[in-house]
Amino acid sequence: MKKYLDCLKGYWVYTILAPVMIMLEVALELLIPRVMSRIIDSAIPSRDMALILKFGGIMIALALLSLVFGVLSGRFASIASVGFASRLRTKLFCKLQEFSFANLDRFSTASLVTRLTTDVTNTQNAFMMMIRIMFRAPFMMIFACIMAVQINRSLFRIFYAALPILLVTAVIVIIKGYPRFMQMLNRYDSLNASVQENLTGIRVVKAYVREDYETSKFASASADLRDTMIRAEKLVVSAMPVLTLVMNASLIAVSWLGGRQIIAGNMTVGELMSYNSYIMQILLSLLMVAMIFVSLVLSRASFRRIGQVLTEESTVSDKDADPDIAPEDGTVDFEHVSFSYAQTPVLRDVCLHIPSGQMVGIIGPTGSSKSSLVQLIPRLYDATEGCVRVGGQDVRRYALHPLRNAVAMVLQKNVLFSGTIRENLLWGDPGATDEEIAAACRAAQADEFITSFPEGYDTYLEQGGVNLSGGQKQRLCIARALLKHPRILILDDSTSAVDTATDSRIRSALRSQHGDITTIVIAQRIASVQDADQIIVLDDGEVQDTGTHEQLLQRNTIYREMYESQVKEGC
Amino acid sequence: MQGRRMKNRGPVQKPKNLKGTVRRLYVYLKPYRFRLLLVVIGVMLTSLASVTGTAFLRPIFNNHIVPLIGQKSPDLSGFIRLLILLACVYAVGILSNFLYSRQMVRITANVLDRIRTDLFRHMETLPIRYFDTHTNGDLMSRYTNDIDSLREMISRGIPQLISSLITVTGVFFVMVFMSPLLTIMILSMLGLMILIVRVIGGKSGKFFMERQKQIGSVNGFIEEMITGQKVVKVFCHEEQSIADFEALNTKLCQADTSANIFANILMPIIGNLSHMNYALTAAAGGALVIAGLLDIGTIASFLQYSRTFTQPITQSSQQINSILLALAGAERIFEMMDEDSEVDEGYVSLVNASTDADGAIRESDTYTGRWAWRHPHSATGDVTYTPLEGDVRFYDVTFGYNENKAVLHDISLYAKPGQKIAFVGATGAGKTTISNLINRFYDVPDGKIRYDGININKIRKADLRRSLAMVLQDTQLFTGTVRDNIRYGKLDATDEEIVRAAKLANAHGFIMRLPDGYDTMLTTNGANLSQGQRQLLAIARAAVANAPVLILDEATSSIDTHTEKQIERGMDKLMHGRTTFVIAHRLSTVRNADAIMVLEQGRIIERGDHSDLIAQHGKYYELYTGALELS
Repeated sequence: MKKYLDCLKGYWVYTILAPVMIMLEVALELLIPRVMSRIIDSAIPSRDMALILKFGGIMIALALLSLVFGVLSGRFASIASVGFASRLRTKLFCKLQEFSFANLDRFSTASLVTRLTTDVTNTQNAFMMMIRIMFRAPFMMIFACIMAVQINRSLFRIFYAALPILLVTAVIVIIKGYPRFMQMLNRYDSLNASVQENLTGIRVVKAYVREDYETSKFASASADLRDTMIRAEKLVVSAMPVLTLVMNASLIAVSWLGGRQIIAGNMTVGELMSYNSYIMQILLSLLMVAMIFVSLVLSRASFRRIGQVLTEESTVSDKDADPDIAPEDGTVDFEHVSFSYAQTPVLRDVCLHIPSGQMVGIIGPTGSSKSSLVQLIPRLYDATEGCVRVGGQDVRRYALHPLRNAVAMVLQKNVLFSGTIRENLLWGDPGATDEEIAAACRAAQADEFITSFPEGYDTYLEQGGVNLSGGQKQRLCIARALLKHPRILILDDSTSAVDTATDSRIRSALRSQHGDITTIVIAQRIASVQDADQIIVLDDGEVQDTGTHEQLLQRNTIYREMYESQVKEGC
Repeated sequence: MQGRRMKNRGPVQKPKNLKGTVRRLYVYLKPYRFRLLLVVIGVMLTSLASVTGTAFLRPIFNNHIVPLIGQKSPDLSGFIRLLILLACVYAVGILSNFLYSRQMVRITANVLDRIRTDLFRHMETLPIRYFDTHTNGDLMSRYTNDIDSLREMISRGIPQLISSLITVTGVFFVMVFMSPLLTIMILSMLGLMILIVRVIGGKSGKFFMERQKQIGSVNGFIEEMITGQKVVKVFCHEEQSIADFEALNTKLCQADTSANIFANILMPIIGNLSHMNYALTAAAGGALVIAGLLDIGTIASFLQYSRTFTQPITQSSQQINSILLALAGAERIFEMMDEDSEVDEGYVSLVNASTDADGAIRESDTYTGRWAWRHPHSATGDVTYTPLEGDVRFYDVTFGYNENKAVLHDISLYAKPGQKIAFVGATGAGKTTISNLINRFYDVPDGKIRYDGININKIRKADLRRSLAMVLQDTQLFTGTVRDNIRYGKLDATDEEIVRAAKLANAHGFIMRLPDGYDTMLTTNGANLSQGQRQLLAIARAAVANAPVLILDEATSSIDTHTEKQIERGMDKLMHGRTTFVIAHRLSTVRNADAIMVLEQGRIIERGDHSDLIAQHGKYYELYTGALELS
């Protein structure tokens, strides 16, 4: 809750003014029937046209004033709710920037996008309803009650009977309705998920002739949704007649008791007429609440989903860090490091020493946790046990930015962004000159294909580079990483789509031009690592062996097996 | 920059074929037509009761209150009778409201359920080509946005419209009957209100367009940044992306505020205009009473009518708009339902077979473990049986996804039962297209592809596909347990068969390490598994299907060579005795194929087995030695 209130900073005035304006609007508009009763009670019996004009004028003036306040309230509420949503969106976006990889893994990309878009819009609408209708309805009710009491206290006793019934109905609907609507929403979500699955997997469905199977699965999910929908909606629509019943009964009682009082001379005709108006107003305010109830319940889900993002604690934080230090060199040490991911042990007791400037290869079967190992270096994840050191210091001693600026990593899943090639490269170093960019691209063997494009470095990359081949994307990503001038460069299977000749040219360029950078290469191809200073063989989360190509070839069976399957039979 | 995202977010889209859409919708409502009639009657009764109830105010004041004022012992029996009558009218209204709204909830839920299920059922029959030409988001929105607005329309929009019509007509006649003069005044006030609503509505349109544009660019930015969030972190680009976001968000905030202000001041304006209407009615009514043209009771009724009459009319444009919006959605739903299903004129079917003593094939009702093609000949009325063996031949196949651009040129090849055929080539060379033709995701002209000697266009698609097991490039898993996902290949597979298939694909080991083993739930396409593990499951799924022909489309691209080596034995077992088509990125996997086809721009440029091709020193040789980049 506090998180949401933070978003109102700068909009408090509007948030408060909007209901105040609504209060004034309601107060003024509710005076109108009272003035009307004067026309009936004094102007008509005295047959005084001037008095009618006077009271008519007063009513119009009240309506105009009320209109002004109404327009102001609409305006303030708009500013407040749009501002709220805008801040909330920014807050979410900033929160997302704090997220560690572990946090990001917990939410799927699609769900995060929904939370920042649709859910924010829903909360904006809900907020708007809250500051307008949620205030308007009670004000209206209270003012109408005050006016009614003023006109005739004894008639108001009718409401002592009516109001509790109305309140109890409302409470029952809310208490019973909320879980039913939540259930409905959950069913709705899973139904949509299954449509989504069928859209992306239509080829599998068709290849296995599972159209009927999927349809029957869907039909039963849809029928489930239908049933929960009936259960939820029935409750709400049943409440409406109850409201009308109570109000109509009150109307009849007022007519009867009021009529008798008029006959006995204790009340005037005009008073009874305005009384009727007030009853209608009370009914109207209740209907308003009933109408927005469903939308508010629906928005609860959005509030909750946004709340999940806002309350998510970043699993990697700067709090033990010394903000002034940065890695001095590219030494990397692993001291008895273990790492578990979602309760599953991934790395076990890893000990490594990589001197600054070395080129290191990491090789091992799928699922041997090669990526997890290197991701501990820039603290994309934190080790569960043991200590990872960069430049001789525990990585947790560095603030994240200096650490990550010193460690450049080319991820397995390469992402480029909409924009020109140059703009993408500038991610590495916003201040890079054209020469620096070209040098990095030459080292990454990307210069040649970039300059072959008609627009060269200003070629626009659509949707993260769909117009590039896999190998070209990988080389751009390497160039982008080089521009960071890192002390440690990690290539996580980053040349898999690059041909072997180019691959080896990249490595020799790295060696000759960036010899001071510690380079860690994860690869499937032995050829990509065989000239490394040391090669680490990882198997099932444990370091199985380290050594040079020749050493490993002699003594390590896994390594030899891989080598033989790839290289020996290759030529 | 993110213009592409805005396609579906234009201003109110009006249905193109209103009449047709309504007629189609009626088909769904028809089973409930009797109950719908009751609903309409219920809505009418409810509105009429409320109109009549207000009309009672006049006799109450005129006949039972005003004349009795000051009487010592007034005769209240008429008053009581009138109030009882009023109570009855109200009771009718409430009861019909209660009944019709509950009915309406049921009808709406059932109609939506049927539309949704029909839509899905039809979607499953659509050809692959349809999914190629429509984005998932576009199709998805028919299940979400379009069905939602349809629900809004059926459950609320239409009853409200009927109720408004009845109320407005009823009130109009009662008003004219009671006082034509006051009616004229209220009508002219109404004219003014409509005018104001129009003017404001027209002005706001421009702001709403601007807002949609800004929403589009903010959402596009969010989507891109979230997709690339890990890269943002690795490059410490957080502050920059926040700054970029702020700039876009501020623009949206401005546009959104202007648009919202217009939308939000409309309600108070209309509300207060109706108060003015009330005031004018009271004043003019008072004047008329003084002039002797009106009585007090009529004013009492008119004061209530001034609201009930104008409210539905001022809201009507909104209501009609939302109905049109829903109909446009319905139209999109029906459009999808009208898309042509995959045509299947196949009549050759797959049956269980057994062999007679004299060697002839007989159809069997029970599972025999052997299959045959049942081929009825319409000309002679004979039925012949061909054993299912897995012999696939292409004769000069030329094919393009659209007519003017051929993707494959003159492809001829044969795969004898049990042979392994590999396709090698760059992305876009047409490898996957060939496999898409074998299982008839796309159709080629008659006689170009034969399966066990039968023109595949004559084979029923379901039976053809049942005889082919596929492992596709993009592994798709479904929400459900690991076991369910493997069982997808053969719905009646026993647990033993599943374990055997998993072991064959080398997936058993990692499955047993999962928290719940085979009962581990997979969510969102197996997000809790690695890409390699997902592929192993897809291979197990194909293994359990036990089909004579196997198509492996980049099935092992995310499995490292070491693991691949381990699966290889399983794969060899899986491929044994099966005709296999392998599409591979990595050449080590195709080495032992009986024939390797090297494709380039839709043509087979080299063919032969591994040693032939190496000896040729052509493209394959270059690829194999790593001198060429494949991507």
